[in-house]
Amino acid sequence: MKKTNLILLVSLMLIIVALPLVAQKNQITCSGSTTVLPVAQAAAEAYMDKNPSINISVRGGGSGVGVAALQNGTVDIANSSRPMKSKEISACKSKGINPVAYAVANDAIAIVVHKSNNVKNLTVKQIRDIYTGRIKNWNQVGGANLPIVIVSRDVASGTFEVFNEKALKGDKVDGGAQMLASNNAIVTTVSSTLGAIGYAGLGYINDGVNVVTVDNVMPSEITAKNASYPLSRKLYMYTNGNAKGEVGRFISFIQSAEGQALVKKQGFITLN
Amino acid sequence: MNIRKLKNKLGIAVLTSSLIITALFLVVFLARIFYKGASVLSWEFLSAPPREAMTAGGIFPALVGTFWLTVSSISIALPLGVLTAIYLTSYGKPRWFVRIVRIAINTLAGVPSIIYGLFGMAIFVNLLRFDVSLLAGAMTLAILALPIIINASEEALRSVPKDFREASLALGATERQTIQRVLLPTAFPNILTGAIISIGRVAGETAPIMFTAATFYSRRLPQTPFDEVMALPYHIYALMTEGTHAAKQVPIAYGTALVLLCLVLSISAVAIYIRYRIRKTRKW
Amino acid sequence: MNRIIMKDYKEKLFKGITYVSSLFVIVFLFGIIVSIFREGMPLFDVVSIREFLLGTQWYPTHEDAEFGTFTLILGSVYVTLGALVIAIPLGLGSAIFIAEVATPRIREIAKPIIELLAGIPSVVYGLFGMAFLAPLIREWFNLSTGLNIFSASIILGIMIVPIIASMSEDAISTVPKNMREASLALGATKWETIVRVVVPASKSGIIGSILLGFGRAIGETMVLLMVSGGSAHIPKSIFDSTRPLTSTIAAEMGETVIGDLHYRSLFALAIVLFIITFFTNMLSELVFLKRRAR
Repeated sequence: MKKTNLILLVSLMLIIVALPLVAQKNQITCSGSTTVLPVAQAAAEAYMDKNPSINISVRGGGSGVGVAALQNGTVDIANSSRPMKSKEISACKSKGINPVAYAVANDAIAIVVHKSNNVKNLTVKQIRDIYTGRIKNWNQVGGANLPIVIVSRDVASGTFEVFNEKALKGDKVDGGAQMLASNNAIVTTVSSTLGAIGYAGLGYINDGVNVVTVDNVMPSEITAKNASYPLSRKLYMYTNGNAKGEVGRFISFIQSAEGQALVKKQGFITLN
Repeated sequence: MNIRKLKNKLGIAVLTSSLIITALFLVVFLARIFYKGASVLSWEFLSAPPREAMTAGGIFPALVGTFWLTVSSISIALPLGVLTAIYLTSYGKPRWFVRIVRIAINTLAGVPSIIYGLFGMAIFVNLLRFDVSLLAGAMTLAILALPIIINASEEALRSVPKDFREASLALGATERQTIQRVLLPTAFPNILTGAIISIGRVAGETAPIMFTAATFYSRRLPQTPFDEVMALPYHIYALMTEGTHAAKQVPIAYGTALVLLCLVLSISAVAIYIRYRIRKTRKW
Repeated sequence: MNRIIMKDYKEKLFKGITYVSSLFVIVFLFGIIVSIFREGMPLFDVVSIREFLLGTQWYPTHEDAEFGTFTLILGSVYVTLGALVIAIPLGLGSAIFIAEVATPRIREIAKPIIELLAGIPSVVYGLFGMAFLAPLIREWFNLSTGLNIFSASIILGIMIVPIIASMSEDAISTVPKNMREASLALGATKWETIVRVVVPASKSGIIGSILLGFGRAIGETMVLLMVSGGSAHIPKSIFDSTRPLTSTIAAEMGETVIGDLHYRSLFALAIVLFIITFFTNMLSELVFLKRRAR
């Protein structure tokens, strides 16, 4: 009995040694933004249905996770709901990675509040003051006398980065804010918390929350595409170098009419 | 006198209620998981991959992933653990080395699982360039399971009556022969129990595999040790925190939890049954 | 002559193999310690230890990043203490009940209950906390969110009840029978016997179990990741959300690039975590040793 265990161990080790990174083709790994996740997953399913020999593995974690993975060289496609920062691009280049961006959808970051909240519009400045803790009560922006509960995303989130850049202009979020891990978590929390305010990609908005206009512009397909909505953005997939082979075909698929129909089905806005 | 009797009654009532509260929690807990999870349970759930952005379909790849992670990590940890236990019980010299080994075992047992995950990520995924893979996850889990297996095997070996060993040596067998032909076979069922218990533990761990092996969605089953895998515990976590359609996915998370619970509990039940059978059939 | 040599080499080989296997445990532990120190220590070239441990601002990804972990450590401590508040009464109470009050039939049911609780994976506890308990607490107490110290302490507490219960029960049941009998013979009630004789006699076992529970709770990741809420500020009430050490590491690790400052700061957190759990375990070892010496 001892001997069989030993043989098992030795053979296991031999297998480990004799199988260096075999069979990594026909496999695409894709990770990053939770905003892009539903698009990536739906597209992966459709693509795998059409090409049964390919396997696409999809992971979330946040745009930061995808960008970091691209830089570490551990992933084929980095999903990002924000453009890569110049710091990140130069860091990649210094490691020999050349990030190339492919836009796969349009999106708008909607500001959401509880259904019972009667505040209908906020300026970008008001949003900033709320999130940095300078405005603490809804009655300071025309609402009821109710303390504001700030709901935000954690550091890995691309949605947070875009929100930070466009609404907060780099200011620090108040320390009492709830840091959640996904768009979905924000919508769920806001829908069940009276005084909450949150932000999420358009694809995640449902009937459980009210959408607030920003500078009197409502986030929609049109206002996102023509960028008249202040918090609009594109969703990206980054690859190392130009996307070739299966990866290239996959990305082209997403950008094609069929792929864009999936984008729309998931609640996002098509590229054009 | 009466006050003392009253205190006595009260005290015993408090003690009883602490167990009742604990039991109550367990009941509510299990009932909730069963109730919410049973609604999604079906043959398709267990045998098909997820479909339609994780709102339909099943968890088959996660079952397979958990299976492979568990089997491979235990097959690494078991030989190492048993051999170490043999050393500690039968050879055990020099003394200072034994003491260091024991400290190491106890310390390892107390290391938080997230630190195992970090270690696995730093060494197996990054340094050795295994990337996020079944192999990296299995090796990380193996180190986690090692202290459990060593302790269980040591107990098993120590519970073999001394006379067995002495009789064997008296008949002229060497230490090694005694270990291989007498001690191990006798201790085997208890060692097995320990291995089974650690299987249950390993199957439910999330933090060690978060950065070393697990992925959110992959249709193909792992074909080489270098593939990423889906896993039951990670699936629950990912659905709850990164899920895209909560209404459909929370029940799936419950269903996955139900499957995982049943798996872990039935594994423990098997271990307990084996232990029970041993006690019955053995006369010492 | 040959047979003896053959046997001898097999003996030595086998002994050598077991010896080498035992080395693995040491190598692994050493590897874990070395790797977290190696990846984490470089942070302290940039950030002073004092700022790291006492600073209250944790903004690792900001333009001018700040790495103050005081709120994180405080969060871990609060949740763990909260868990102990729940787990000690329930765990110790159950242990005493099983050892002293329960009939053998009840014991047959009670022990498996504890073992069952011990076998539930932490992520399932987290699921229960996040999807069932937190919304309930939010409604009952009219809060803005149920993901806070209170909810996390409850779930974490139940999670460590088995640790405290089974170790304490072990300690209590090894108290010699004659001590109990003597106490009862002198006219003490059962409760008085428990409180004044049995529990003090098993004191070190009980304390050891509490320390182990503490160590387990402070190192727990999944439950806290899912139930404690995630805001990194100094909690002002038990209904505030918090961000313990472990969930910070788990939540942010994927986002870091290997070798950058944020990456190192998370490993530095791991160093702090490791030191805390290491000392807790050492302490409980000592306590158990004291007991064995009696």
